[in-house]
Amino acid sequence: MGRIFRHVLAIAGKDLRLELRSRTSLLSASVFAALVLIVFNFARDPTAVATLDLAPSVLWVTVAFASVVAMNRAFTVERENAAFDGLLLAPVAREVLYLGKYVANLVFVLLVEAIALPLFVLFFNVDIAGALPGLLLTLLLATAGFVAVGTVFSAMVVRTRFAELMLPVLLLPFMVPPLIYAVKTTVPLFAGRRLSEVVDGLRFLALYDVAFITLSVLLFSAVVDE
Amino acid sequence: MPSAEAPLVEARGLVRRYGAVRALNGVDLVLGAGEVLLVLGPNGAGKTTLLRTLAGLLRPQAGNVTVAGRPLSRDDPAARRPIGLLSHQSLLYDELSLLENLTLAARLYDLPDPPRRAALALEAQGLASRQHDRPRSLSRGMQQRAAIARALLHDPRLLLLDEPFTGLDAVAADRLRSLLETHRTPERAMVIVTHHAAEAWDLATRVGVLVGGRWVLEAPRPGDPVEFHLAYQELARG
Repeated sequence: MGRIFRHVLAIAGKDLRLELRSRTSLLSASVFAALVLIVFNFARDPTAVATLDLAPSVLWVTVAFASVVAMNRAFTVERENAAFDGLLLAPVAREVLYLGKYVANLVFVLLVEAIALPLFVLFFNVDIAGALPGLLLTLLLATAGFVAVGTVFSAMVVRTRFAELMLPVLLLPFMVPPLIYAVKTTVPLFAGRRLSEVVDGLRFLALYDVAFITLSVLLFSAVVDE
Repeated sequence: MPSAEAPLVEARGLVRRYGAVRALNGVDLVLGAGEVLLVLGPNGAGKTTLLRTLAGLLRPQAGNVTVAGRPLSRDDPAARRPIGLLSHQSLLYDELSLLENLTLAARLYDLPDPPRRAALALEAQGLASRQHDRPRSLSRGMQQRAAIARALLHDPRLLLLDEPFTGLDAVAADRLRSLLETHRTPERAMVIVTHHAAEAWDLATRVGVLVGGRWVLEAPRPGDPVEFHLAYQELARG
């Protein structure tokens, strides 16, 4: 178990180090998130729709698209110098490779969300202090699920000619269920409801995570083995 | 120096198709410890496909590969441990230093004290002073040496080399030949894919010619390279 953990950490650490060195994806995903928030902020009419009604949808649309931008990088970094062959050659199970890539993607997308959330508060002037614990839990559970699927699809499309276009086409349908439940959970939280009142939504997100992380671990080998 | 023990590499009936093209069409290979096989063939003969299949990077659609007595399969990652690959590309990340690249590899191979092991491997290739540099800042020859350091890091018993002399100047090519000579020991085997037999002729104990995904020749290395070259031209033309 310790060996698996060491390998997962080595692969995730390598991915995060690569990203911190180049900062290209972090920057592009963060700028994209800021842009979406700015557009929504100036496009809305506060007299027509209350900010509190609109805010959860805007937050999750921003998170969803910024995450896709962020996840596009997961396997493109492996293309240069055929570096992924080096990982595939190592005496490490494909499942462990997946978990390493998954952990890196999860940290990376959460980092993008950590940048997007204050911008969201700034642009929409929403008081999220009371909702913060529930909102953070919702963000974590929803992100854990769609990043699991995104990591597999990112590996699948990297060998195609239009990887950057293919990823959203494949991934967005799988993001719809967690996004619906994330929005349904966020609305009452922003309205000041207690965490105990959104347990059903959180339970669905947790179930989605268990199901899709398991499926992704099992499928990854078939995806990367030529 | 063929060994009397079980072969280090045994491949039986390898078939690999890309659409309608059969890159490997029933290839068998038995290679003992101490042997060096030179694989020749025209473009598209299946040489690289064979090498990647022996490395476990490609799954054959039929047939199987055994390395050091263990079948290569996705369920047994440890079966890949004896394999080292020197590919067309360096397998190194451009945003990591040479030392970081090799330390990562050492961790994945569970080598003791990964940073030290990585530093020693780079030192052995004369790259100690460049260990904090990134691969893209190096010349082609140095990149090749870094790739060799990575391939030899875990002291593989089976070394697979895909056109290792391509792009090297005469000095770098001589240096590589010397290195491979020192790596040729009774415990290890090598498969060298090349377009030019002369580049590694002296290293080889056997020669194989692939045409259309099949061996048209697989035999002990003949004594006379010039005679072989003429015969090879005929074989490659089919």
